[in-house]
Amino acid sequence: MEFWVGQVFNGISYGALLFLLAGGLSLIFGMMRIVNMTHGSYYLLGGYVALTVISRVSNFWLGILGAALVIALIGIGEWNAFLKRLGGQELGQVLTTMGFALIFQDLALVIWGGDPYTIRVPAYLSGTWQVGNLFFPIYRVFIIGVAIVIAVALWLVLERTRIGAMMRATVDDAEMARGVGVNVYLISMAVFSMGAVLAALAGVVAGGFLGVAPGGDFEILPYAFVVVIVGGMGSLKGALVGSLMVGLLDNFGKALFPELSYFTLFAPMAAILAVRPTGLFGRA
Amino acid sequence: MARKLLVIALIAGVLVGGMFGATDAQKGPIKVGFLAPMTGGGAQIGKDMTNGFQMWLDENGGKIAGRQVEVIIEDTQGQPQVALTKFRKLVENDKIHVATGILFAHIGYALAPKADEYKIPLIYPVAAADDLTQRKPSKWVFRTGWSSSQPSHPFGEYAAKTLKYKRIATIGIDYAFGWEVIGGFQKTFEENGGQIVQKLWAPLNTSDFAPYLSQLRRDVDAVFSMMVTISSLRFPKQYQDAGIKIPLIGAGTSFDEFVLPSLGDEALGGTSALIYSAALDNPVNKKFVVEYRKKFGKVPSYYSETCYTTARWINEAAKGIGGDVEDREKFLAALRKVELPDTPRGPVKLDTYGNPIQNVYIRKVEKKDGELWNTVIHTYPAVSQFWKYKPDEFLKQPVYDRNFPPCKHC
Repeated sequence: MEFWVGQVFNGISYGALLFLLAGGLSLIFGMMRIVNMTHGSYYLLGGYVALTVISRVSNFWLGILGAALVIALIGIGEWNAFLKRLGGQELGQVLTTMGFALIFQDLALVIWGGDPYTIRVPAYLSGTWQVGNLFFPIYRVFIIGVAIVIAVALWLVLERTRIGAMMRATVDDAEMARGVGVNVYLISMAVFSMGAVLAALAGVVAGGFLGVAPGGDFEILPYAFVVVIVGGMGSLKGALVGSLMVGLLDNFGKALFPELSYFTLFAPMAAILAVRPTGLFGRA
Repeated sequence: MARKLLVIALIAGVLVGGMFGATDAQKGPIKVGFLAPMTGGGAQIGKDMTNGFQMWLDENGGKIAGRQVEVIIEDTQGQPQVALTKFRKLVENDKIHVATGILFAHIGYALAPKADEYKIPLIYPVAAADDLTQRKPSKWVFRTGWSSSQPSHPFGEYAAKTLKYKRIATIGIDYAFGWEVIGGFQKTFEENGGQIVQKLWAPLNTSDFAPYLSQLRRDVDAVFSMMVTISSLRFPKQYQDAGIKIPLIGAGTSFDEFVLPSLGDEALGGTSALIYSAALDNPVNKKFVVEYRKKFGKVPSYYSETCYTTARWINEAAKGIGGDVEDREKFLAALRKVELPDTPRGPVKLDTYGNPIQNVYIRKVEKKDGELWNTVIHTYPAVSQFWKYKPDEFLKQPVYDRNFPPCKHC
């Protein structure tokens, strides 16, 4: 029993981190039809920027804020200067965003060097809660909390506000949305930078327990893509369910069949795609 | 058409340049090819390596055996096929006299037969795979670093006899280096009365160790971790967060100076074995650490030390033959005969298989003036890669792997 509770908790906390990353990717993927290979870089750069801010002002929360601002600007810049011209050209997008991912990787190496770092989290977020024989690292509880807050906030914005309605309209039919007076340009930019900010947030949060080091971008990107593909592009619900599924499958796979840990993660994915090619909550 | 002409002209230029290069090489500088990852995940280690090598040269006027030295650094990108191409380029175009560098073991294996083919001395300061100097030695290849299981053998004995551990669980990164480090430890630990009761393996790119930690047996005296680079950073923190209070020991790389500055109090008490510690209390090392910090702003890792020593090694050999490195057979013989009594890590010389006989240090992570250091708590002098075993008998057993030695007590 303890084993199962512990594993479920671990899986959910890892899934929560994946949700932060994949939520943004799904928005960009689904709404703007941009296959954004730079998403992992936003995650990595977010961690590095926060590291720098925290080393200057020793405040974790300012670190998150700084990372969000800087990455939002980078995202807006990349989209404005390059991606918006490449609407509908998947190959061009993949090449461009992949190129940026490689550039950012080298840039990070030049600026921050290649030594691995860890983001020091505030004392009240470190430590462990013990319940009976079970241990719950407070930081993992915190990650779950952040993911819940972000999920609720995104849901409220998308489903309950006018801007959200315009975003959904843009997803459904950009041309029609433009026709009824939605500023598709501004909406797209907002969505892109929001996705980038979420990736940066994931990077900072992950920096607290996975560390920040070169290669982190391409280490986590495949997981984010799996989440988006399984959950369905552009669907918030899909990203949420997909993240939890990947987190739990990854965790139980490693715990129960350590030799088959990739099989237990990817076999169910393949099965889902065979039955529902658009993902669990995606629309064709 | 114009473009085609340009290409032909370029090719011709390269060819002619190459030919002139060949005639010049007779009495020009000593050329050292240095292969290391300069981009990608291993880039910082590559930098630590070249820094160490360059530092020795800078301290000695950029000369080896009185001749100018030209170091040609090539980026392997951490990939064997790239390393092979770059190695050929170094040999055929740059006309190097000796090659060194190499971080990853699989690249070490890929290049070794080529060194024999080109007849170029190839020195490995880092690549640790046991069989490079055990079951698959190459004439032109030797090591100035260490073999994976070399520090593990004395450490297994130390854990059983001195630390008095009876039962240990291991968790390691699932690839050859991890298998060899843990295999060597298991062999001597069990021969001295200990029992390995669990062996867990995590893939190389594991970020979250929680699923493994929850399976880790709690009825053991210690946990042996075999981590490298970023996983060395992640593991102790996640170990502590999981509420595990069992003493943590491990491979040298689990606590090496590459990650130590980034680790926090969770690493305190971590005990490990390696051929080097930046905290080593001898005058050569103290000076090395001070100078290295002054130059590069950080404590040297073993990667820097072994490459620093490699530069001196090449100098020692070249000096012995009057700088005549063009006579490659003579140069190789001289390289294999080098004995250095006073490197930062202590005395070093090669065994007949091409692996150093050197001290192994048992180190414990302690805090001094707010910094973490690997305090040396015990020294095993002049340890061979075969430990106390006879080489030919040792070589009859298979190379350590995932299932060897078998886990009898699991």
